[in-house]
Amino acid sequence: MPKVLITGNEALAEAAVRAGCRRYFGYPITPQNEIPEFMARRLPEIGGTFIQAESELAAINMVYGAAAVGERAMTSSSSPGISLMQEALSFMAASELPAVIVNMQRGGPGLGNISPSQADYFQAVKGGGHGDYKLLVYAPSTIQEIVDLTVLAFDKADEYRNPVMILGDGVLGQMMEPVELPDITPKTVDKPWALTGAKGRPGKVIRSLFMLPGEDGALERQNYKMKAKYDRMCEHEVLCEMVQTDDAEIVLVAFGTSARIAKTAVHLARVEGIKAGLIRPITLFPFPEKIIAEIAGRAERFLVVEMNLGQMVEDVRLAVNGKAPVAFYGRPGGAVLAVDDILSAIHNCVHGKEPEKIYTGSE
Amino acid sequence: MHKVFSRPSSLKDKPFRYCPGCSHGVLHRIVGETIDLLGVRDRAIGIAPVGCAVFAYDYFNIDMIEVPHGRPPAIATGMKRSRPEAIVFSYQGDGDLAAIGTAEIVHAAARGENITVIFVNNGNYGMTGGQMAPTTLPGQKTTTTPGGRDVRLAGNPLRMCEMLATLDGPVYIERVSVDSPRNVQNATKAIQRAFKNQIEGRGFSFVEALSMCPTDWGLTPKQALEWVRNSMMKYYPLGVYKDIGSAQGVKGQERMGQV
Ligand SMILES: Cc1ncc(C[n+]2csc(CCOP(=O)(O)OP(=O)(O)O)c2C)c(N)n1
Ligand code: SF4
Ligand SMILES: [Mg+2]
Repeated sequence: MPKVLITGNEALAEAAVRAGCRRYFGYPITPQNEIPEFMARRLPEIGGTFIQAESELAAINMVYGAAAVGERAMTSSSSPGISLMQEALSFMAASELPAVIVNMQRGGPGLGNISPSQADYFQAVKGGGHGDYKLLVYAPSTIQEIVDLTVLAFDKADEYRNPVMILGDGVLGQMMEPVELPDITPKTVDKPWALTGAKGRPGKVIRSLFMLPGEDGALERQNYKMKAKYDRMCEHEVLCEMVQTDDAEIVLVAFGTSARIAKTAVHLARVEGIKAGLIRPITLFPFPEKIIAEIAGRAERFLVVEMNLGQMVEDVRLAVNGKAPVAFYGRPGGAVLAVDDILSAIHNCVHGKEPEKIYTGSE
Repeated sequence: MHKVFSRPSSLKDKPFRYCPGCSHGVLHRIVGETIDLLGVRDRAIGIAPVGCAVFAYDYFNIDMIEVPHGRPPAIATGMKRSRPEAIVFSYQGDGDLAAIGTAEIVHAAARGENITVIFVNNGNYGMTGGQMAPTTLPGQKTTTTPGGRDVRLAGNPLRMCEMLATLDGPVYIERVSVDSPRNVQNATKAIQRAFKNQIEGRGFSFVEALSMCPTDWGLTPKQALEWVRNSMMKYYPLGVYKDIGSAQGVKGQERMGQV
């Protein structure tokens, strides 16, 4: 298949179209504007719907409506816009509606800046809205992976009847790489729950409110039903790349853009004779905790590298569960990590007396 | 024997749990009858608001969804654009539509979405216990305007029909009331019209119904009727605010490129 040189944002949008997404609703925000702009051109050509919504609140609720009638629908935004969508994401998870949500993260908190960041990890993986729920979260680190995971995201959203998030960042959205865009026949999924009009049957209801008379305990039961789904995701959906972890004494853990940079640092460390390796979670929820726990049994130490003040590191520590020291190196506020800085963090870790110290970036 | 009155098939055989004198039941019934009359039960999708009418999903025997507070017009947009053959309506209170969801209703109207909106103006937040709504009248007492709504502090009420009628998007906007048999008949006609417009692909139709909330107003149903007639109707005059479907109709449609 011939490769095309394309930005991450456009690759994602085209992959969504190929995965059968015909409904896109969004509100402009940098660094993901190429997605709505691409969809505004592309979807009308193929009988799809593009709407520039009046806000991210409206955009996600349009997705919600389209999902409820059985369509493959998506929205994309960046950090502040994703914050505005959290209420609807909680409702959609509770109502068991599939959809794909893209967050090309930027520096925060607040309006922050438009530089790439990974500071929305907690929001993405811990259920950023209210109540007990989870999104299935994919963290691509190349443009090809953006394409492949976008297609997978639509399938998994339908399979689990749950919103799925693709957590990228400004680097991944804006960067160009050669990719193969697969010719796929989108999976057609039976959606007996979708609202289609009550022809020849009683009316159907999609809801997240469970307080009718006689419904005592219904919400608790719904929560357990959702938990069973998240447990199934943990069982079957974990994706993770491992680089030279078999004999690694120091294991880096990083996702997305950080993982690309960390991978180079690991290779440079190997050249120096340091036995370094990398675990790259591709799904952030479900988290590859079993893999990390297993490697923690033989590695001497861990170094978590993120473009934030230390978020995924908490999940790594839980997975390692005291079996090895876990250090953190990261930079917040839209600062991109440098290979050299990661390498010196590796040096500090290997030789330093306080492996749990937080290493700050050199300015 | 000739049956002159029966439950519309678009409503379930369930007693309404709304308070005595509440207008939600009357309006549900009109909507149910309209869906039956126009023969669109097969493709109707209703959107329940957050508010007392959230339980609309439990009363209508059609496909229904319950969604976040104020967002029904965005939900309706996503549905109608995805399934143009569906007959999509939102049913919203004044807090839902004119406070938290103001942006969504204004922009759905501005886009001229081919949907039907039933707007229940009862001048307060019924469900949460009678707080001020954007439609609460100046001087009206609510639990959050205990001394009466002071417009210098709490702002002025919103007249949604008048506001939306300034937009080019909507084709039909009318304010009705359900305080008397005659007004119920008018309201029925308006709601039928609002659904017919959608069926005929005309565009955005909006019916505001002045409604009673005797419980949170602290009035008897009879006093509540007087309040609707003597106070609400003065501030919110009944009538047609926009009607492109009829007289100057075709022109308006052409302007919107929707013919
Ligand atoms: C985001 C959010 N904020 C607040 C509420 C609480 N709440 C529930 S109903 C309601 C007001 C409803 O009033 P209205 O729309 O006028 O409907 P009514 O009950 O009067 O028919 C509010 C504020 C909520 N459910 N969600
Ligand atoms: S509180 Fe008011 S709006 Fe709610 S059911 Fe009672 S009368 Fe109706
Ligand atoms: Mg109200």
